[in-house]
Amino acid sequence: MTNKTTNYEIKIKPIKTNFYLNFRELWDYRELFYIFAWRDIKVRYKQTFLGIAWVLFQPFISMIVFTVFFGNFAKMPSGNLPYPLFVLCGLVFWTFFSNSLSSASSSLISNENIIKKVYFPKVILPLSSVITGSVDLAINIILLFAVGLYFKFIPPLLILPIILLGYIISFLTASGLGLFFSALNVKYRDVRYIIPFFIQLLLFLTPVIYPTSIIKSSGKFLFILNPMAAVIESMRGVISGSFNIDFLGLGIASLIALAIFLTGLSFFNATEKFFADII
Amino acid sequence: MKPTIEVNNLYKKYTFGLKQSNYSLRDNIVNTTKKLPSFLSQKKIHGKLEKNQFWALKNISFKVMPGEVIGIIGRNGAGKSTLLKILSRITPPTKGEITLRGRVASLLEVGTGFHSELTGKENIYLNGAILGMKRAEINDKFDEIVNFAEIPKFLDTPVKHYSSGMYMRLAFAIAAHLDPEILLVDEVLAVGDAEFQKKCLGKMGEVAKAGRTILFVSHNMNAISRLCNKAIFIKNGNIRFYGKVDETIRLYNNSSLNKIEFIDSKKTHKKAFVKGFKVLTNQDKSSIFSNNVYTFIVDIQVQKDLSKLEVGMGINDELGHRITTLFSRFYNIKFQVKCGFSTFFCKVKNLTLKPGVYYANIFIGDRYEAYDFILDPVMFKIQTEDNFFPSGMTPDESQGSVLVTQKWSIKKRK
Repeated sequence: MTNKTTNYEIKIKPIKTNFYLNFRELWDYRELFYIFAWRDIKVRYKQTFLGIAWVLFQPFISMIVFTVFFGNFAKMPSGNLPYPLFVLCGLVFWTFFSNSLSSASSSLISNENIIKKVYFPKVILPLSSVITGSVDLAINIILLFAVGLYFKFIPPLLILPIILLGYIISFLTASGLGLFFSALNVKYRDVRYIIPFFIQLLLFLTPVIYPTSIIKSSGKFLFILNPMAAVIESMRGVISGSFNIDFLGLGIASLIALAIFLTGLSFFNATEKFFADII
Repeated sequence: MKPTIEVNNLYKKYTFGLKQSNYSLRDNIVNTTKKLPSFLSQKKIHGKLEKNQFWALKNISFKVMPGEVIGIIGRNGAGKSTLLKILSRITPPTKGEITLRGRVASLLEVGTGFHSELTGKENIYLNGAILGMKRAEINDKFDEIVNFAEIPKFLDTPVKHYSSGMYMRLAFAIAAHLDPEILLVDEVLAVGDAEFQKKCLGKMGEVAKAGRTILFVSHNMNAISRLCNKAIFIKNGNIRFYGKVDETIRLYNNSSLNKIEFIDSKKTHKKAFVKGFKVLTNQDKSSIFSNNVYTFIVDIQVQKDLSKLEVGMGINDELGHRITTLFSRFYNIKFQVKCGFSTFFCKVKNLTLKPGVYYANIFIGDRYEAYDFILDPVMFKIQTEDNFFPSGMTPDESQGSVLVTQKWSIKKRK
């Protein structure tokens, strides 16, 4: 508000269109993305004994549990990777996806008091939840490298663009679903109970604890529709040094992720105008 | 010069039960199924729609020039807050158009987005950003905010350990240091102690002097007449009057009849509910004066016979401070009420309120359950009169709301 332009003009009219994303306005409010993400990170582990270490604990403990049950007891095949590293590859991105999705879904409800009192582009709330999750992802990738080194798998340089692409794909997917469910949650609190189920179901439909190779060809189309599958499989391909990466699959995953994002966004926009009235 | 705020034919429609009935998916499915038969006859569904909807604002048009401070007055539910909500873009209008020339900041409630786990310093940045300040701007004004809030020692303490006074001061300090061209204020002054309220009013005066446009919603006529040059009187969603502040306040004061009727179809499912409220005096006049004997009258409707009904009224001053509570339980009285309409009378002899506006919360229920509770209080007014004190003086805001007869004397001591 420092630049006081006298010709600054706002028109307030009944809202009729659904398909819009005011990039200029989002740019004006860019600090709010940062501030909400910062707040969430700052507040999340207050009054906890382990503090920020919880970020590492979640995938690490899951890795151990899955290794015991699926690696040792069920003897799940894991290609040329040791099972702990195999499952951690999946868990790092899966944790990012599922945590972002569940916190984005509740982001509007938990900031109800702000929505009712102040105007700002509400898209910022679910998106900044995913940004918060991104910080965790960065930390967990370091954990992945550490575990990789422990098993003497030195990640090649190609891993960086794969991580970036994987991040973009999972960001778009989590945001798209997050936008959709957060908007739905404003009207139907049922979403709160659906989300944990939904995430659990997706975990089984995503090759986190098992490789795609164990699924018969008739079930493969599920992995094509699920962008997270391509991300996780490519990560495994690159970290094992086999460079067995399905670039076509990644391309399709990118397109599907983008479609999910745009669908979520337009649903969000269509319902946004009534948030303050019905939340 | 172009007006800063231009409102043209603004309408806002609300639908009853939008909040309650659509709350969960199941309700919505049930409702849709219920509505299904009425889809067959177009007439029926039309009638139903009309009943569930109401216009919170109807055909509102006005202009505000740069630097004007406009008071918005009206009874609870008249549409004042809805107007501010639309102006601050929290909710869209149903029809009409508004043009705002300049940045808008709203103080619909201070402390929006405060997080109790964060420190005072962190909350300044968080709240500032939510209210629309840039980081650089907050840095510039940081010291000013801290000094205004009088909390330099507690900057690094989480606000959950703050006293409510400190919390309010910090919240208002941040909001007060926004620097918009248009400031919307809604009843912020209803909280905090007298000292703090003075400070807030002072700050708003400063902002006004700096040439900013302010819209100020309040029930505090003193504050309105002191701060504003013009005022808008809203009644039932319409603008009744827009003009000089004194004239508007006079009109508003004359319009309230110390009597209110609740026509509320939503309540018919309750065991009992309040239908009306009024205040009468022993003198046969429509106005109430300080030295009168007041009779508070509550009309209720009861759906079935009740044997242990209790009635209570909380009398608050215009800043929301409780003055006294009238409650049948204090006298161990439980009313037997037959199905239908009943009226309760509570006669009060020695409550001498100074002239001004007062509010009553009304409760009916039994020991275990509130059948109806009017939390959005109803207003009544004590008229100005000059003969309570021989001097003809009336105590000001800081001297309290209750008038007492006093006998003064002096005795010389050794």
